[in-house]
Amino acid sequence: MKGEIAVQLNNLRFAWEQEVVLELDRFEVRQGEKLFVGGPSGSGKSSLLSLLSGVAQPTSGSVELLGKNLSSMSDSQRDVFRADHVGYIFQMFNLIPFLSVLENVTLPLRFSNRRSARVSDAKAEGLRLLRHLGMEKFIERRVIDLSVGQQQRVAAARALIGGPEIVLADEPTSALDETNSRAFVDLLFQQCEDTGATLIFVSHDSILAERFDRSYLLGGEES
Amino acid sequence: MSPYSLSVKSMKHRMGSVVITVASLALGVALLLGVERIRNEARYGFTNTISETDLIVGARSGSVSLLLTSIFHIGNVTDNVSWETYQKIKTNPQVAWTIPISLGDSHKGYTVLGTNNGYFKHYKYGQKRMLALAEGEVLADTYDAVLGAEVAESLGYSIGQQIVLAHGSGELSFVEHTENPFTVVGVLKRTGTPIDQTVHVSLEGIEAIHLDFNNGEGHVHHAGCNHASHQKEASSIDAFDALLAGEEEVDLTPSEVTAFLVGMKSRSDAVMLQRAINVHDGEALTAVLPGVALTELWQVVGVVENILFVVSILVLFVSLASMFGALMMSIKERRREIAILRSVGARPRHIVSLVLGEAMLVTLSAIVLGAVLLYAALFALRPLIQERVGMWIEITPPTSTEWTMLGIIFCSGVVIALLPAWRCYRSSLSDGLTIKL
Ligand SMILES: Nc1ncnc2c1ncn2[C@@H]1O[C@H](COP(=O)(O)OP(=O)(O)OP(=O)(O)O)[C@@H](O)[C@H]1O
Ligand SMILES: [Mg+2]
Repeated sequence: MKGEIAVQLNNLRFAWEQEVVLELDRFEVRQGEKLFVGGPSGSGKSSLLSLLSGVAQPTSGSVELLGKNLSSMSDSQRDVFRADHVGYIFQMFNLIPFLSVLENVTLPLRFSNRRSARVSDAKAEGLRLLRHLGMEKFIERRVIDLSVGQQQRVAAARALIGGPEIVLADEPTSALDETNSRAFVDLLFQQCEDTGATLIFVSHDSILAERFDRSYLLGGEES
Repeated sequence: MSPYSLSVKSMKHRMGSVVITVASLALGVALLLGVERIRNEARYGFTNTISETDLIVGARSGSVSLLLTSIFHIGNVTDNVSWETYQKIKTNPQVAWTIPISLGDSHKGYTVLGTNNGYFKHYKYGQKRMLALAEGEVLADTYDAVLGAEVAESLGYSIGQQIVLAHGSGELSFVEHTENPFTVVGVLKRTGTPIDQTVHVSLEGIEAIHLDFNNGEGHVHHAGCNHASHQKEASSIDAFDALLAGEEEVDLTPSEVTAFLVGMKSRSDAVMLQRAINVHDGEALTAVLPGVALTELWQVVGVVENILFVVSILVLFVSLASMFGALMMSIKERRREIAILRSVGARPRHIVSLVLGEAMLVTLSAIVLGAVLLYAALFALRPLIQERVGMWIEITPPTSTEWTMLGIIFCSGVVIALLPAWRCYRSSLSDGLTIKL
């Protein structure tokens, strides 16, 4: 399957109110590829991921995921498509504060039949991911009682559960120390290779960029 | 994890505002039910000013006007029923008991009612409630008086107090029967009916003071009084002398009464007797069924009920408005939660069931809490209301109107909750996912 286009943007323009944030003539990511996206703060990295996941809509141009045009879908179709095919680690984590760590992690399986079909036992899979992230001690804890770095790992486990085809990670290592950060990227790569998922990884940390297939600089040049 | 547990956990997380919403809505519900109760009790209390009496009989007049004079003591008596006719009806085999009523005098603005002890035995109001003495005894002597609760309280009278009756009604009474003061021998418990504002004396007492009056002052007519005694000629001078001297037994049998109440042996005979009295050839009389006349009168003064009904509607409206505000707030609080759920794939129906579940739970618990609150308040305040207003509030299950109102609150709560939830769902996902500082 490697080699087929997983993500494609054409003549994309995106603006918050009047201010243009992103202008991309052509942006492609192949299936199974690991892409590093860098760029200064405010350059539109998070906005790009919002567009790729269908959370935000482009002002003009098209977003195609796995051969499907997101712009032609209705809001709820986009929600379903995202739940089925995209794991998104938000920059702000977006965990549900009143649910436990494990409940947050298994949440996508409740709403996506496709992802829950890939997992035989939701709880066991959630535990497996959390264990890999060094979070097995906290499974019953409410997420608001966790440190920021721990919350980030919960958000990561939630994005990875059920093996989505596309994983979007918005600065997932920002709150982790170097060791944890390395371990985290290892796990992320491991997971994506296991499921053949496409990874789009946004970070400020250019040292990490070397490990990726390719990196893309917003507000700069592609390398 | 079921959708139910998601909803419950979310509510627990917002415990404070959920509790405030439920409490404010519960207060609205309690208030609404309370006003509705007062409305019903007012009607019920009014239409049961007198109960268990089958007929009221008086001189020919309209049924409402007979009711007003004989039971509410409003308006002047113009005609009386002769003693002979009263006796004739009293001895009718179908009649179980009668209570004579003689009006026309007053004490400091309070109605004086001449009657006999049958009054304290047979008069009933509300749900077959009998008159009860707060202190003292019923009438024994000619110059005994039994006071209604309000008379005793506002004039500060107690047992043994000497009172002077005045001729005619109203505060500015005309001629006082100073020669023959009455002695208070009993005070009634509060009833919440016109009885509270009445001074009860014996028919003989009324007769006696008028004998005295006629002889002392001459034959004078005055407003508000049409006592039989005035029509008697000076022939009763002998009787008066005898009374003064205290020698022999004087005949104090009245020649007329204002009206009388009739209790039948069998209730079903009342209508027949009523017809017989109304078409009676001799004296022109009117007999009315108190229940019918009271309902008729209530319709005249029914504006009270209408006002209370308008108040009910307004309370309902305000409760719904406050509920709308509260649910709007809760949806605002849940905006981010809803956006996150959407971002992991929750569909409209999931969101709707979450919001709907909460709205149903909130309104349902508010309704239950409000009802509990009302019943608890009724239960706690009942003795106090009885003491102060004389109204004994029956604790009954909600009426059909009340159920309807509760139903309206429940349905509106659910609909009202859906509107902001839908708007929230329609608004852009990225807005919900961004933390607004
Ligand atoms: N909700 C919003 N409303 C208006 N403007 C926004 C909003 N979100 C982002 N922007 C603007 O869009 C631009 C790009 O923002 P974005 O969050 O994509 O940057 P970023 O590259 O992710 O930055 P960072 O590295 O700080 O996360 C910024 O100039 C920002 O001001
Ligand atoms: Mg960002």
